[in-house]
Amino acid sequence: MREISADKIKKIVSELCLQANFVLRPDVLCMLKQSFRKETDKTARRILGAIIENSSIAKANKLAICQDTGLPGVFVELGQDVRVKGDLKKAINQGVVLGYRKGYLRNSVVSDPLFRGKPQFGPAIIHMDIVTGNKIKLTVLPKGFGCENKTQLKMFKPTQGIDIIKDFVVSAVKSAGADACPPYVVGVGIGGSADYSVLMAKKALLRKLQASKSKFRILELELFNRINKLNIGPMGLGGKATCLAVNIEAYPTHIAGLPVAVNISCHALRSATKVI
Amino acid sequence: MNLQNLKAGDDILFSGTIFTARDQAHKKLSEALKKKQKLPIDIRGKIIYYCGPTQTPKGKVMGSCGPTTSSRMDEFTPLLLQAGLKGMIGKGARSEEVIKAIKKYKAVYFITFAGCGALLSKFVIKKELVAFKDLGPEAIYKLEVKDFPLIVAVDAQGRSII
Repeated sequence: MREISADKIKKIVSELCLQANFVLRPDVLCMLKQSFRKETDKTARRILGAIIENSSIAKANKLAICQDTGLPGVFVELGQDVRVKGDLKKAINQGVVLGYRKGYLRNSVVSDPLFRGKPQFGPAIIHMDIVTGNKIKLTVLPKGFGCENKTQLKMFKPTQGIDIIKDFVVSAVKSAGADACPPYVVGVGIGGSADYSVLMAKKALLRKLQASKSKFRILELELFNRINKLNIGPMGLGGKATCLAVNIEAYPTHIAGLPVAVNISCHALRSATKVI
Repeated sequence: MNLQNLKAGDDILFSGTIFTARDQAHKKLSEALKKKQKLPIDIRGKIIYYCGPTQTPKGKVMGSCGPTTSSRMDEFTPLLLQAGLKGMIGKGARSEEVIKAIKKYKAVYFITFAGCGALLSKFVIKKELVAFKDLGPEAIYKLEVKDFPLIVAVDAQGRSII
């Protein structure tokens, strides 16, 4: 059985925190540039230009792309033939603190949701999957809360068709409006249980934008086109670019239900992955 | 700069003093106002920036410092405007009540490049902690800014572009 030390995991998590916060994902940057080229509205073009410039400044100066460096999310795919030497969860949380401190990122986490308290760097929200193989895949998603606050879940009836789901996704984006830093990336989770659909909606954000392999490609493109007709635009001042992509994930569900969740990301969709 | 002459949709480059304050600082300021206590900063005639910056990297004046969602401050804003606040910088739309109060007290709501904290840090020339240190990134910082890019989203006549 392959052994991986908790220390190594800690080090890699800290590096991923820095990479995710300083270097915008290439697929996100590519879609931003494409939106800039397509945009005809003067103000929208100016804002998209600033967003693209911001990513260059962040990368060159090792500055956070956005001051909201998120409630750090860490997704772990743990190969079942790996033995972690040490405390895995502790290593992940220590890695987050190490990375956030080193990168002068923001301490946005309060230890008590009701009584708040002094903001800290962690703990992270850790999602663990056991998979086959002898590797560990680590992904850090520092998602800001301006957009996280716009998450929606709806438990549809099993007899309700796809049209009502489409309307729900579009209306979730509409209600986010200018607030959550458009142009958005829209993550959608269909099926599973209430909790699982929300998790899928978030995991959908980790998938490469506008990837042609998706099973739901036609639906994704239809929603993408509908959302971009909302004229919310960059900063909510109108324009063609209201979303950069729609990513859908799905899972079997119960005969009595049809959960659908929407998890919106701001244009600064940041994540970094490493397989060890 | 006379804020009252600005029109919704105007692009400006602002140079001067602004104070950061977001959720918890707003709660504290409005509690103090309700109890008729002295505020830790004189907000009369001032501009508040809805911003919680990252830590400041070594050798830099300011870390990443973009705007946060303004609507979360809506419930506190009319009281602050009544107390003399003249400007706010944030992102996103405001409530009807806030727009009415902006008109009533002849204030202005600005928006700035959202999600562009690294870019905006370049326009901050000085940063000083002035209140609520325990709130960490939510503390009130006095910032001196130069050519800070703003768009007038709601003007003193209550006209809105957002």
